[in-house]
Amino acid sequence: MPEIPVAPEPPAPAAAPDRSAVRALLRLWPYVRPVRRRLFTAAFVAVVASCLSLVIPLVLKWLVDGPVADRDPGGVWLGALYLLLLGITEAVLFGFRRWLVARPLAGVEARMRADLYGRLQRLPIAFHDRWASGQLLSRGTTDLMLVRMFLAFPLTFLLVNGVTILAGYVLLLAQDWSLGLVLLTPVIPLVIVCSVFEGRYGAVARRAQDQVGDLTTVVEESVLGIRIVKGFGRHRSQALAFRDLASTLRGTELAKARLLAMIWAVITVVPELAIGAALVLGTVQVADGDLSAGTLVAFLSTAMALRWPVESIGFLLAMSQEAATATERYFEVMDADEEPDAPARSATPAEGPGGVRFEGVSFRYPDAPQDAPPVLDGIDLHIRPGETLALVGGTGSGKTTLTALVPRLHEASAGRILLDGEDIALMERDRLRSLVSMAFEEPTLFSASVGENVLMGAGHEAGEPELRRALGVAQADGFVDRLPDGTGTQVGEQGLSLSGGQRQRLALARAVVGRPRFLILDDPLSALDVHTEARVEAALREVLRETTALVVAHRPSTVMLADRVALLSRGRIAAVGTHQELLRTSEEYAWLMSGEDKGTEDR
Amino acid sequence: MTDTTTDRTEPPGDPFDRDDLPSPPGATAALLRSLLSTHRARVAFAALVILVKEGAIQAGPLLVAYAIDRGVPAFRAGDHGPVVAVALGYLLCAALAGALQYVFVRGAARVNQDVLLDLRGRIFRHAQVLSVDFHERYTSGRLISRSTTDVESLQELLSEGLQELIGVVLSFVSISLILLWLDLGIGAVAIASFLPLHLLVRLYQRRAGAVYAERSTAIAGVIVKFAETMNGIRPVRAFRREEVNDKDFATLNHRHERSNGDALLEMARYVVGSRLVANTAVAGMCLWGAYRVASGSLELGVLAAAVLYMRRLYDPIDRLGMFLNSYESAAASLTKIAGLLAQEPGVPETKAPKELPARSGTPGREVTFDKVSFAYRTGGEILPAFDLTIPPGQTVAVVGATGAGKSTLAKLLARFYDPTDGAVRLDGVDLRDLATPELRRGVVMVTQEAFLFSGTVAENIAIGNPDASRQEIEAAARAIGAHEFIENLPDGYDTDVRKRGGRISAGQRQLVAFARALLADPAVLILDEATSSLDVPGERAVQRAMDTVLAGRTAVVIAHRLSTVEVADRVLVMEAGRIVEDGTPSDLITHEGRYAGLHQAWRESLVS
Repeated sequence: MPEIPVAPEPPAPAAAPDRSAVRALLRLWPYVRPVRRRLFTAAFVAVVASCLSLVIPLVLKWLVDGPVADRDPGGVWLGALYLLLLGITEAVLFGFRRWLVARPLAGVEARMRADLYGRLQRLPIAFHDRWASGQLLSRGTTDLMLVRMFLAFPLTFLLVNGVTILAGYVLLLAQDWSLGLVLLTPVIPLVIVCSVFEGRYGAVARRAQDQVGDLTTVVEESVLGIRIVKGFGRHRSQALAFRDLASTLRGTELAKARLLAMIWAVITVVPELAIGAALVLGTVQVADGDLSAGTLVAFLSTAMALRWPVESIGFLLAMSQEAATATERYFEVMDADEEPDAPARSATPAEGPGGVRFEGVSFRYPDAPQDAPPVLDGIDLHIRPGETLALVGGTGSGKTTLTALVPRLHEASAGRILLDGEDIALMERDRLRSLVSMAFEEPTLFSASVGENVLMGAGHEAGEPELRRALGVAQADGFVDRLPDGTGTQVGEQGLSLSGGQRQRLALARAVVGRPRFLILDDPLSALDVHTEARVEAALREVLRETTALVVAHRPSTVMLADRVALLSRGRIAAVGTHQELLRTSEEYAWLMSGEDKGTEDR
Repeated sequence: MTDTTTDRTEPPGDPFDRDDLPSPPGATAALLRSLLSTHRARVAFAALVILVKEGAIQAGPLLVAYAIDRGVPAFRAGDHGPVVAVALGYLLCAALAGALQYVFVRGAARVNQDVLLDLRGRIFRHAQVLSVDFHERYTSGRLISRSTTDVESLQELLSEGLQELIGVVLSFVSISLILLWLDLGIGAVAIASFLPLHLLVRLYQRRAGAVYAERSTAIAGVIVKFAETMNGIRPVRAFRREEVNDKDFATLNHRHERSNGDALLEMARYVVGSRLVANTAVAGMCLWGAYRVASGSLELGVLAAAVLYMRRLYDPIDRLGMFLNSYESAAASLTKIAGLLAQEPGVPETKAPKELPARSGTPGREVTFDKVSFAYRTGGEILPAFDLTIPPGQTVAVVGATGAGKSTLAKLLARFYDPTDGAVRLDGVDLRDLATPELRRGVVMVTQEAFLFSGTVAENIAIGNPDASRQEIEAAARAIGAHEFIENLPDGYDTDVRKRGGRISAGQRQLVAFARALLADPAVLILDEATSSLDVPGERAVQRAMDTVLAGRTAVVIAHRLSTVEVADRVLVMEAGRIVEDGTPSDLITHEGRYAGLHQAWRESLVS
């Protein structure tokens, strides 16, 4: 057992069994399409430049055999001029090809990344619960770089080299068809070897990419959990666990290298053997007088010129495979279903009473085993307009889950939730979330100023007065004004780090700044000291008076904010009533509020 | 620690914001050297292998010449020997080339992967040693960027670089020598052409270096934003941040796109420039050679041979470009990594560790703050000099408003920081003299953020004591009242908590954190707001555990709930970094002090 647990497995089943690299890469087309002209032009330019490169030696040969041999100074000047012009053209074409694709390919990578980010922001919360963020991150960085590199090199050069090889073979067959056929013999075994290699290399490349994702997760967690690592002095065991994972990655990379070495060796040796055979056969033919020595030399030099295009196929295929698996990984996320939005019925006629009404609401996580009991089971609850209802329940009774259903962070599995008579499942998410405001159990601040963090909770029209009022309610104005730049101070991951109580108060301010119609507070005062808590409660009462609110509460002081209390027990509403009523009638409630067991010791 | 304000003049702004931590001059090269130093022999071997392989490949034309010059006449004469020799020779060369290629690829990969493993390990270990406030400013996204995308730049250099470099040097040297040997004049022109090439390379290096540094910063920015969004996905959703985030991300992404495109364009410029120099040189050499042939000072045959070699002289300039490209990218990344590695840990581990004296009777230990004062280097709260002694086994509650210095006191005791002056001692031994394992047997701190690592619940508890058996883990969970909920999870203790415990409530996570602390069984336990998310029964369970399992331990408890404080032997009230009240809870209540006020307010909050 690792001392510090590390991400044990890739979060998703490793891709489809059908590993067609071409099919995977074809999915890039929508992104490549906008830049297709440039890309095709660049490929064309590459072919032309390669041809020019072949012409230059011919000009050199002509120069030496012609004007120089003839001692023709004018011809020499002309030849040198041709050479210079060809050289300049070649240089410009090489550069032109790169210039053509530079910005477009950077653009393809950026577009794919932006789409991934946008998609991830809109995928269901349940998706994020399943996927470690390191896996998502590695898809957005390393994988997309592989895709860009594929579009820049292998795609073009597989084409260019393929054309070169074909043309070369035509030349070879034209020069001497029998020797040409000898050189053709290795093609079939090479194709077989390459296709076997492709499949195996693809599988290993995929494994390596998944392991990079796991490694990313561990690095991220090592920072997010740094206080625990330090508090328990576990940085050595943490480093060992990291090393294990990095070693596994090293092993996978070496397996990749072994396959690459193998294919490279085969691609080097087999054509050489064919050339050797052609050499021997040719020599015999020359000896027999069937072939001129000059033809043999020309034939063999053409064959040797094809060496690099053929050899390069090995790593070009490898790079393509990596790009293909990277593309698969990318689309695994892109293919996940976004939160389905409601049919565009912005306003349904209100039915029944106002406030928040839960009707037979059940919830089970989509990925929970079938036999597991639902987290929430047949919840019927009504919060009257303007009322504040406290939600009390033991640890893990489903309180936070219940609150997450209202803004549809999770979708109820059965039953429905009505806001002022309107079924939330039929509301547009955006509108729903503008009506409902939340303060989460864990106060998350984003990398932005204090003011921006708070004003996130309101529409664009909100400004300084709303901000001051909200900070006042949360009793945060005092410490905020003492910050270096007041409400302009940068906080969050890339800013000043605040204490738990300070963050909680800012999250509370964010929840109330927009004067929401419906307010949900998940244990909003847990990190506050007694004096501050009392002041916040006093101010919060004013806010709660004008809104319909659900407040998750752990202690009597928070319960006192509410008009009524609902007791949640094992996913069901066990009782509803005032604090005093429940204290009298519910043993569980009394126990939760006082911590003192009444007779039965069950813990 | 995070002190980055060195004497050198620096561009304005915070090096953290610019993602540009300073590193001592030459640190990048030194880092690369130290990474490669242990692999010198293997690099040399790989170089040799690739040299021999090139040789085997180059033998082809010689065999062709031999076959035509000797094989043909001999075969006509009925002697098959030379032809057989050619066949065997070619076979041998082909096999050798293939085998050596195989050996090289594998050998180079091993060096490459060992270096990467080493580098990843160094980054990770170093980051683990750096202080909490370093990480608060550096962010997880940047660390991820350092250990993934930046490490991958080096990987690219190492996997292609060696073969490229050897190929380039080999061609330049051998062909220059051949040209010089053929004709001093032409050879001299060839060598002279290296000067503009060299200048071009220098220019490219300078420009590409800047572009790649920018690219590395840009991708780190992208990663930071990405990670922040994924980690805060619930509030992102609830507060409809999607579109604003899309816009912010587009800006960061665009910055990366620009630098990425710039890098590719720099490469395009280099290719044009170097090809122009090369092709002009070839044309020049031809012209000059032809003139000398015309004037009779050069033989036609020599020029013919020289011309064939001239072109090949410049064949590797593209490969040189690729090498330079990956080199600059790797150098920019290594500079960032070197900057991270140059950060001094705030609380360095001692080189000469002392041991704690054997525990006398009680499982707790005595804590002394000896004339301790403390100021954060980054500003913020300050503790003026103070003395404090906590006898073994005492439970001390620390109360006071936010910012009064309670957490700082706790962090000094847990050695998250070292005091600016004075010393914190455990049974008389300065914390700075304790090795980490010894320190953590002595002091363990449980904080408010109950973070769960991905893995199972059992593994998360076992962080407290990696050697603990399953029984001990369960016993710890039972003692804290966490056993019941853990058993009810789908796979009990083997339930994967997935992403930071998405399915485990904050209160449950705090219980797991407590179980961790019980398992660690420290002499001194610090609880920094560690019960804030617990309900009243949960809080009681913690108190019971402290009375039973942790009985006799020295404990420092920071809590807002005075129910936790009431069971303390002693209460410290802090205000503006000073301890303003110190006494038993019952004593302090009877005085008209701050604690009495707090107590009164708390009583009123109970109302039931």
